[in-house]
Amino acid sequence: MSSIATPQAAARAAELRRRGRFRPGDAVLHGLTLAAALAAVALLGLIAWKVTDQARPAIHDFGLGFLTTKTWDPGTRQIFGAAAFLFGTAVTSLGALLIAGPLSIAIALFLTELAPRWLRGPIGALVEMLAAVPSVVVGLWGILVMGPFVADHFEPFLKRTLGFIPLFRGDPSIFGLLPAILVLTIMITPIVSSVSRELFLGVPRDLKEGALALGTTRWEMIRGVVFPYARSGIAAALILGLGRAVGEAIAVTQVIGGNVAIHWSLFQPGDTLASRIASQYQGASSAKQVSAIAYLAVILLCFSLVANIGAQVIVRRFAGRHPVAR
Amino acid sequence: MTLKTPFRRRLVNLAMQAVAVVAAFAAVAVLAVMVISVAKRGAGAINLDFFTKLPHPFAFTPVPTGLANAFVGTAVIVGVATLMALPIGVLTAIYLNEFAPRRVAFLIALALDVLNGVPAIVVGIFVFALVVVGHGQSGLAGSFALAILMIPLIARATQETLALVPESTREASLALGVSRWRTTLSIVLPQTIGGIVTGTTLAVARVAGETAPLLFTSSLVGDQLHADPRQALASVPLKIFEYSESPDPADHRQAWAAALVLIAFILLASTVARLLAARSRRKLGITR
Repeated sequence: MSSIATPQAAARAAELRRRGRFRPGDAVLHGLTLAAALAAVALLGLIAWKVTDQARPAIHDFGLGFLTTKTWDPGTRQIFGAAAFLFGTAVTSLGALLIAGPLSIAIALFLTELAPRWLRGPIGALVEMLAAVPSVVVGLWGILVMGPFVADHFEPFLKRTLGFIPLFRGDPSIFGLLPAILVLTIMITPIVSSVSRELFLGVPRDLKEGALALGTTRWEMIRGVVFPYARSGIAAALILGLGRAVGEAIAVTQVIGGNVAIHWSLFQPGDTLASRIASQYQGASSAKQVSAIAYLAVILLCFSLVANIGAQVIVRRFAGRHPVAR
Repeated sequence: MTLKTPFRRRLVNLAMQAVAVVAAFAAVAVLAVMVISVAKRGAGAINLDFFTKLPHPFAFTPVPTGLANAFVGTAVIVGVATLMALPIGVLTAIYLNEFAPRRVAFLIALALDVLNGVPAIVVGIFVFALVVVGHGQSGLAGSFALAILMIPLIARATQETLALVPESTREASLALGVSRWRTTLSIVLPQTIGGIVTGTTLAVARVAGETAPLLFTSSLVGDQLHADPRQALASVPLKIFEYSESPDPADHRQAWAAALVLIAFILLASTVARLLAARSRRKLGITR
């Protein structure tokens, strides 16, 4: 690894040498740290390349038709398609975001605008601890505690009251899209609320106080000053949450039921991209199946790259424009 | 003319504030319900045997009932992963903060955040394709997968602490004729030890509970006790995953107990990390 990798560094080194203060130690540390940084970045490229490489046979066999094929048959027919999983991923992730989005924004508002100062730290820490609960434990709780409750009480209730909507028809069941949505909601709420909280903290105090001085209520100040100011950042927080929900494998695979089907009943089992990958770990019997699993991973990776780069660029632009007062 | 806010506006204001309060307490309540469920169901199965004996060989045969192999396996896998991720993470952070030109630092930090967003299951498939396809499953492959998740966490945490070290400290050292590398290693880095420990602890807490990266890298194991990372190792999260899908209630009890141990470890580690972070921030003179 060359120690002189950028024009600036080269110029600096040249200048130091001219002044007779060039130190080999500096070059060594610079080179070493640069190598580590490049290795970390190279991992991203290596992941993209290697996963795509593993999926190559499936990409060759099924092409883009993979995305619209509803079958997943590892048996004699060896036909694989992702349509059912794309549908399940979309329904569960968007469902979770629909609940977690407003909830997280409300939590962030509580933590920045409403709660007494002494309560902010502890509640904020507790919400973040929710994020620290491992997904396999959330899933365990999802199967054995939440699932039975949902099947015995929550889903019959939804059916009675909202049964005219196709989403809430069908037989209540422990495993299904609805438990997956609930589990994902629990998992993405902490991340969305902690990003939103940082954004709301960055709203300048004089703007907020100006609004209040004009006679707005606190909610009107939030709607008129905080939300418009943090709008793009909130979008980024939601995208980050969506990315998490789409990529979550374990907890979803535990509660969703692993059913290859497209249907509108939230009570019935389905499957998502990530959860299908996770559930195949012991059963990947043929090379074709393994590469089809990798194809699913390629789809997930593409989505997560687009979502994360988009969200991070928005967050950075926001932070650049409105430096967060610390 | 009265200056009182109209009733409807006050009502909306009150309703919206109530919603925010309820949302925050709902999130805390979910955490409480989950932790209490796990504690209530798991506490009964925790005893010395749970840590020192091996799992029972088949469902519905409750003979020896511990998860010794899973605890040993998780300790080895996470330990090796930390050894892999810590140097790369810290060196990357030093480059970002001490050497990189602004634009390069922006791109590398962006790449780290994007790496942090890659789903864990995809990282598992990556290591499967890179290592497992040729050499079979091993604890090392699992460690490698976890290390990939840890690098961005450690690097970002270290970099944030490095950024807190006052520029005047560096300038004072350089003005005394100390070389840049000595300044970095002997003056700047020691001040960030607190941040590095915090970041590493949080990263360990995060990956100790990860199941997805281990599914394809270190999952096909029997129930024998060993600590050799060249072979596939059992792990606590994977045991919970297996037991959670078992029909045997005795397995569920084991899963709850393992979940309790895992949660206790993770919550304890992240609390300690938080306290350490607060302390090291105070030391650097930042009050917030």
